Amino acid sequence: MTSFDDRELLWLLAGLAALLLTATAVGQVLEQVVATPSGRETVDNVNARVRAWWVMSIAFAIAVASGGVGSVVLFALISFLALREFVTLSPTGRVDHAALVWSFFLVTPAQYVLVGFHWYGLFSIMIPVYAFLFVTARLVLAGETERFLERAATIQWGLMVCVYCISYAPALLLLHIHGYEGENAKLLFFLVVVVQLSDVLQYIWGKLFGRHPIAPAISPNKTWEGFVGGIACAVLLGASLWWITPFNPWQAALMALAIALMGFVGGLVMSAIKRDRGVKDYGSLIEGHGGVLDRVDSLLFAAPIFFHLTRFFF
Amino acid sequence: MIASLLAAVARAVAGGTVRWARAPVADRQRVFFANHTSHLDFILIWASLPARIRKRTRPVAARDYWESGPIRRYLARKVFRAVLIDRATPGEGADRSPEVRGRAAIARMVEGLDRENSLIVFPEGTRGSGDEMAEFKSGLYYLWRERPDVELVPVHLENLNRVLPKGELIPVPMISRVSFGPPLDCAEGETKEAFLEQARRAVQQLGEP
Repeated sequence: MTSFDDRELLWLLAGLAALLLTATAVGQVLEQVVATPSGRETVDNVNARVRAWWVMSIAFAIAVASGGVGSVVLFALISFLALREFVTLSPTGRVDHAALVWSFFLVTPAQYVLVGFHWYGLFSIMIPVYAFLFVTARLVLAGETERFLERAATIQWGLMVCVYCISYAPALLLLHIHGYEGENAKLLFFLVVVVQLSDVLQYIWGKLFGRHPIAPAISPNKTWEGFVGGIACAVLLGASLWWITPFNPWQAALMALAIALMGFVGGLVMSAIKRDRGVKDYGSLIEGHGGVLDRVDSLLFAAPIFFHLTRFFF
Repeated sequence: MIASLLAAVARAVAGGTVRWARAPVADRQRVFFANHTSHLDFILIWASLPARIRKRTRPVAARDYWESGPIRRYLARKVFRAVLIDRATPGEGADRSPEVRGRAAIARMVEGLDRENSLIVFPEGTRGSGDEMAEFKSGLYYLWRERPDVELVPVHLENLNRVLPKGELIPVPMISRVSFGPPLDCAEGETKEAFLEQARRAVQQLGEP
């Protein structure tokens, strides 16, 4: 089953391509205009990011357009890579090895198999209940008491954030919304576009007008100006995309607000962890962006909240 | 074919970053020596090398491990072209004195180097816990004395003990790092102790942030 016969989705993909073309053009112009060394560094980073955006957008477009399976596989891969980055930065030791093997090779794939088979009942509790207890049990069987709670909590938190939370994005495909059957892929599109563009817009507003940092100890680049400007623009963007969702314009605006706020909090939380570990990025897989976890940090909190708001109200 | 496939798998599993202090030139013989914490160590070093160098690089490994079982034997002989040496294990070969065994091992390594090959060695002799490097065994020193023309390249492996610790079977795909340092610069009359300490420090320094 493909979604290529969906006229609206084609429009969205065309819009995305137009946006990327614009970004590429602006990057080229900036490269000609900007002369200061620090400015050049920013421009080079922006252009690297835009190049990576092309790759990520194409992967996402293929996944969304291929219907359910493509999205599940893409997000399963993202979870796997994110968990890998998270665990690498966590102080786990030899005694945690078995619990980690289970987390990577059983829990992570199983969660996405449940999404793929639309088994909502188990999908929503597998990690918070079964994996939660299993990890603790496996660690206690390893017989090491030193920092026991800290080690158990780290693995559980990694699974919750990198696997459970991210899996809520493709899980949008298993929602039953009256009058919206077979169109759920666009809901996933709505979430990802709003959350990611909200990031980009906050970045742009912050670069242009940012003066007052929100949380200087955690992320010096996040400013009140960027926050307000970026989120206001993301809400407008969400409202203007109402026609691809089951929402009316003001509902779409409120949903976009929830997504953008949760995205902001998610990004801040993941920054706090990086700060604590003394690193700038989670990895180096995506040119200009850092690791996978640096790119999806804003999706972590937004996906489950958006899923449950939609499930509850529609 | 199997070799490049294995190299790709190793890179994917331990998917690390590879750093070179100096870009490697293909037509030189080298001995890569590294800290040893995991079975994956030599495969990852080997996989991190540019294909042209990899083709001529042979790991030095324990005969008792790599000759037990047909798959290991096949991999060691045909794929990795390992230089197999006898370890100081009780039982087989234990009737020979350590000196005799040591000299035989050096002879095997020199033979393995030949005119065009490079070697991968782990001078700690056995896998450690990953916390602290053990003292280096003297083999590296004697090898250098025999073949002073060969470049000695320190290599530091980070996180591999977490990917596949001693005694575990399934690797956890953590992100690791392989750092190749600049070749050792040794004075000709260096004593054994000073040489080994210098070599060990070279590996250690690569691991410091």
